[in-house]
Amino acid sequence: MNVIIVALKEIHQAVRNRWVLAATLLLAGLALSLTFLGSAPTGTVGVRALDVIIVSLSSLTIFLIPLIALLISHDAIVGDMERGTMLLLLSYPVARWQVLLGKFLGHLAVLAFATCLGYGLAAVALIASGSSINNDSLAAFAAMIGSSVLLGAVFVAIGYLVSALARDRGTAAGVCVGLWLLLVLIYDMALLGLLALDQGRNISAGVVNAILLFNPTDVYRIFNLTSFANVSMFAGMAGLAQNTSLSVPALLVALMLWTLVPLGLASLAFSRREL
Amino acid sequence: MTLTVRVADVTKRYGSIAAVTGVSFDLDKGEMVALIGHNGAGKTTLMKLMLGLIRPTHGAIEVLGDNPAAGQFAGRRHLGYLPENVSLDAALTGRETQAFYSRLKREPVAKALELLDMVGLGSAGARRVGTYSKGMRQRLGLAQALIGRPRVLLLDEPTTGLDPELRQTFYEVIKQLASEGTTVLLSSHALTELEERAGRVIIMNHGIKVADGSIDELRRLARLPTKIRLKVSGLGSSEAPAWLPTGAPCRRLNGRVVEIDAAPEQKIDLLHRVTAEGTLVEDLDVVPPSLDEIYAHFLKSTETPR
Repeated sequence: MNVIIVALKEIHQAVRNRWVLAATLLLAGLALSLTFLGSAPTGTVGVRALDVIIVSLSSLTIFLIPLIALLISHDAIVGDMERGTMLLLLSYPVARWQVLLGKFLGHLAVLAFATCLGYGLAAVALIASGSSINNDSLAAFAAMIGSSVLLGAVFVAIGYLVSALARDRGTAAGVCVGLWLLLVLIYDMALLGLLALDQGRNISAGVVNAILLFNPTDVYRIFNLTSFANVSMFAGMAGLAQNTSLSVPALLVALMLWTLVPLGLASLAFSRREL
Repeated sequence: MTLTVRVADVTKRYGSIAAVTGVSFDLDKGEMVALIGHNGAGKTTLMKLMLGLIRPTHGAIEVLGDNPAAGQFAGRRHLGYLPENVSLDAALTGRETQAFYSRLKREPVAKALELLDMVGLGSAGARRVGTYSKGMRQRLGLAQALIGRPRVLLLDEPTTGLDPELRQTFYEVIKQLASEGTTVLLSSHALTELEERAGRVIIMNHGIKVADGSIDELRRLARLPTKIRLKVSGLGSSEAPAWLPTGAPCRRLNGRVVEIDAAPEQKIDLLHRVTAEGTLVEDLDVVPPSLDEIYAHFLKSTETPR
């Protein structure tokens, strides 16, 4: 009950502060422009227009969703502490984990709303423009939206962990930017460099899989680009898809763990914190 | 059980700095207690300890049957808190803020909204808190603290930023609540305001409780002289009156008024002597030591080595 009250208040505030509007417009704008500009390589007669969009949208998601999620979440605990609103809230009959979970659900709802509406618009626009779309592609698209929300949850949870540990807002923001760069850009580049150097001598496929599981954005990428045959063909990941032994449930479990573990640690850090 | 708050030998250290050292006191139902001390004396720290926002380094605290340090919070449904420099979410309106907090306490929202009228925010309730002045925010802070007729009220500098009229209303409400059994603990710098209102005073200095009792008890303990002002007719400009007790400091104020610092037990004796001499006393003022003076006395007495 307390969790719901806090969640509703977070949503209310996000609507007021125009976070919802901004995130939805951003995602919808980018999704729509990708839909119409991105169909250039396949031409207007492309039968698999939606699959192409899945490839381009999921690549966009990897950059954008973590950024939006961290922007909302890095401030959640340390920011409220600095503003002093946390002091009053915690004098009420509510446990700290309830505050954290309530905020999480509220922020996730905002993110889910923006993603579903923004990306959904792209699919609707495509159908309205007369492209034929089969059920396989629709299922892949729905899975893409769902996993994008899950990726958002991962980064909201990571942002909370940083927020619960950071001394001030500036530190939290800095650490979050660093984490974003690391997980979204540097990790993959470093991995590629490592594989190129190694030439397949020491690092086996199993090790590569394990390394990929340690980065939620890679888990998301593999999930979307390899789990549906048509999509993986377009993504040029068909080869990798055959090699990877990571099943869809394993990937989903990995994303959930990437949400639950940071969220649990954030709750622990927050409950031990003095203010 | 009538005890609502129990603080037993509580010490709170931040690193090597002790914010509160070995403080003990019990607060009873219906008590109105003033917690006074200069900035950094440990007043806010004590309130935060009672709320479980920080944990004591040593000692135990019990608030409405809960141990706040262990994260118990059931009793907080019946607790109101107004922090010093209250801050509220700027994006919400006054009414939304009040509704949110009343839901957390499982209290009817309509009743909580009535409190807004009481603190004079009825018409501003639909505006965002971000547009409020400091005084208005303080009023909203008060309104949220009063949600659900709390059994314990912790008020940290509650009257700063309130205009005199609202201050009066505030003290009336507090008095009413205390008479219905609410324990009120308020910290303040405005000692003159508290003087006639607080039933009990706890004085803190550098994290140590230096005095605790009713104002009368503290006056007795402090042994501060009572000022007696006599307006006497037919008194020479320079001569010392014969009825003056030896050793009592006295001053002449504008000719015919004599001000005497009388020790507590000299008071009655002095009055006897004045009237026995047949002096014509035109007017008489007895000024007991104010809370300000008592406070200053206790601070000084703890700072000089004992």
